[in-house]
Amino acid sequence: MKFKSLIITLLASSIFLTIIICIWKILATLQGLSFTSLNFNLNLLLSLGLVITCIFIGKKLNHNLKIFILSLLFTILYTFLNENSPMWFSVGIFLLILFFTNKLKKYDLKYLNQDFISEKIVFEFLSLFAIVFFALVILFPFYIMFVTSFKTQTALLINPIDLSIDFSKNIFEIFKSYFVIFKTYDFGRYILTSSYVSVGTVLITLLFAIPAAYAVARLNFFGKTFLSTSILIIYMFPAIVLVIPLYTVFSQLGLRNSVEGLLIVYTATTLPVAIYMLQGYFKSIPKEIEEAGLIDGQNWFGIIIKIIIPLSLPAIASVSLYVFMIAWNEFLFSLMFLDNPKTFTLSRAINHLTGDAETPRQYLMAGSVLVTLPILLIFIYFEKYLVSGLTAGSVKG
Amino acid sequence: MSSTLSKIEKRTAYTLLLPAVCLVFAIILFPIFANVWISFKEVGLKDIRIPEPRAKKIVKNIQDSNSELKIIYKLRNSSLIQDIREVRFSDKLPKNVEPVNLDKRCEFKSQKVKCFFGDWEAGYRENFEIFVKEVNNNAINKNNVKSYNPGLNGKSNNILLTTDFTLKNFKNVFINNNFFELLMTTFYFTFFGTLGAILFGIFAAQLVNQKFYGRTFMRSILLFPYVGPVVALAYTWTLLLDPNSGTINSLLVNYGVIEKPINLLGQKYLIINILGFELKLRLALTTVIFFEIWRYFPLAFLFILARLQAIPKDLYEAADVDGAGPFRKFFYITLPQITAILSILFMIRFIWNFNKFEDIFLLTGGASGTLTLPISVYQQGFAISNIGMGSAVSIVIVLLLITFMIIYFKLIGKKANEI
Repeated sequence: MKFKSLIITLLASSIFLTIIICIWKILATLQGLSFTSLNFNLNLLLSLGLVITCIFIGKKLNHNLKIFILSLLFTILYTFLNENSPMWFSVGIFLLILFFTNKLKKYDLKYLNQDFISEKIVFEFLSLFAIVFFALVILFPFYIMFVTSFKTQTALLINPIDLSIDFSKNIFEIFKSYFVIFKTYDFGRYILTSSYVSVGTVLITLLFAIPAAYAVARLNFFGKTFLSTSILIIYMFPAIVLVIPLYTVFSQLGLRNSVEGLLIVYTATTLPVAIYMLQGYFKSIPKEIEEAGLIDGQNWFGIIIKIIIPLSLPAIASVSLYVFMIAWNEFLFSLMFLDNPKTFTLSRAINHLTGDAETPRQYLMAGSVLVTLPILLIFIYFEKYLVSGLTAGSVKG
Repeated sequence: MSSTLSKIEKRTAYTLLLPAVCLVFAIILFPIFANVWISFKEVGLKDIRIPEPRAKKIVKNIQDSNSELKIIYKLRNSSLIQDIREVRFSDKLPKNVEPVNLDKRCEFKSQKVKCFFGDWEAGYRENFEIFVKEVNNNAINKNNVKSYNPGLNGKSNNILLTTDFTLKNFKNVFINNNFFELLMTTFYFTFFGTLGAILFGIFAAQLVNQKFYGRTFMRSILLFPYVGPVVALAYTWTLLLDPNSGTINSLLVNYGVIEKPINLLGQKYLIINILGFELKLRLALTTVIFFEIWRYFPLAFLFILARLQAIPKDLYEAADVDGAGPFRKFFYITLPQITAILSILFMIRFIWNFNKFEDIFLLTGGASGTLTLPISVYQQGFAISNIGMGSAVSIVIVLLLITFMIIYFKLIGKKANEI
């Protein structure tokens, strides 16, 4: 029993450590270090040695002293056995080992003697690995997007894996792509259009959705159940089946290439979900408060303005952020309706940039950063509201 | 008393609902029905423009005389394919200015020249001239003459409003365009995209449901792919996967994993040899599916996490007492608790993925075996410029969608409302 769990611990932890070191190495490659081999086997042996020493020393030494000495030894050995590498790379390795040996703190021979311990340990390392995996898979493209916007096309073509930013250049040179897309490609205007469209969509949607949601939540009328089910069904119909008729009608009415046309379409497509989310919240407001308002002689307009809206600000915030996100990120309609660069939104403008194969990719990525950054910042800042918006917006539709 | 109250209530309800209902009707329901109409017609992108009679006005001096002028109207039919019937023209002249030798088709009345040009065929052009003269032989102010804009109108057939119908579009959709392959690609993409997103969602939710340092941070970044704009993310991935100078291919070549770069988005099949069997993998489609999974697993994650956090803790405590390991806890406690939400998620994400346009369009544009139904709508309607065909494909999508919805409401509609 003890032997089996010892072997499993050794394998799981050392494989984990090796993979982490490989990832660090790959990331270092992207900073311009020229490694050509991962040395997987050697690293695995080194890690095994480290884990064995760590477990057998157990609690015989002071923990902090132990992990410090072990990490230092490992790093020196690693640097000695592998290719030459700069100081920052070894420091990274050292920190990684420090973190890893700290994780091994409670593992000594006595601990490994417990029941079911091997499964637990495998699970622990699996989830540690999963955290690293998910973080890497998600952040990597964002990292690439950001870093590429500071490079130049020629540098990228010569060595596509060297993504390091040359800080010795002056600040104007480093941020050149951003200056260029604002000056030559007119991105300032697109940012304004996008903001105008998104904020406008939010306002109009709220203007239409709040009264409608109030009616669905509170008032009795013929066709109410029909209406509330059709809201959901309508929300299921995708933009792609609306595109051709809207395109033809908008062409004939002269609404194409106009921001107003876009506003109308965005509002209509987000209305069902906005109504759905708001009415759910309105229902949770106690009826007695409204009745008090009625007695005070308020009509429905007064009730909505003075009672419902102040009480449901969190829900309104969720809806607004959700609608803002949809409008800011929307692509299909802006592709179909806008062909005049004067009316482009950010998404459409970036798509337009790629239409020209000559456009250097750092400009494309700088544009991408410009469209991504605001929405991510808003998301991080208002996460609570946006998450509840997302939840309601996607399961029920 | 109560009946009047309920009447007022009803009226209020309808007033409150009216704007929203009208807008949704005009922009969502009307187009769905309009699709049916257009799909039975032979309409191209160029037919949409309504033909207009147009005139460009040029004013010229006549030699030696400043009391006379020549006005040239360059008349044309704006459309090269459609006729305009009964074209009428009118233009105003300044005070005391009169036309001389006016064309037979025209008449002059209360300072206005009015003409009836009859029918113009497609692409019609004419230079129409009027000579004008100041009645008292005074000089004419040229700018004054120029300042009036001629008015033109005529009747034309709006091809969208005629009643000639044809079944040609549907015949083309089902017979000529490899419909079966199109449908299969759509289903592959939808099914594996949905399944993958849910599997990764389960992993991620299981992960974040544990306690570890940096958990809230992890929860935020897990939603990044979904929150980020699809245009930026799709182009970033295209650059990453680029065979010539993409980071991923270069890394793989650098570490000797592959010999030559693989065109992950531009190669239809990848042939793999396993134990002498040749396996053909739809490479571009697989890549697109992985992008889809990457972008939409956050949603699955969000729902599964919410459900996981609602599972009573004592279930796990009891399992601890019984000595169950983490894997058993997952299969015997967690999984049965989340099956309901998983089935709902699967159905809904299936419907949504079935209609996904942007992701594939931006990554491959429907090339190298990634043509799905929504991309086909765009290709037929705007790349080949056959609006009627595009609409016919839209109709196929709507019909399939309605089928899915019926299945959904039959199977789990009621359950969905309980959750």
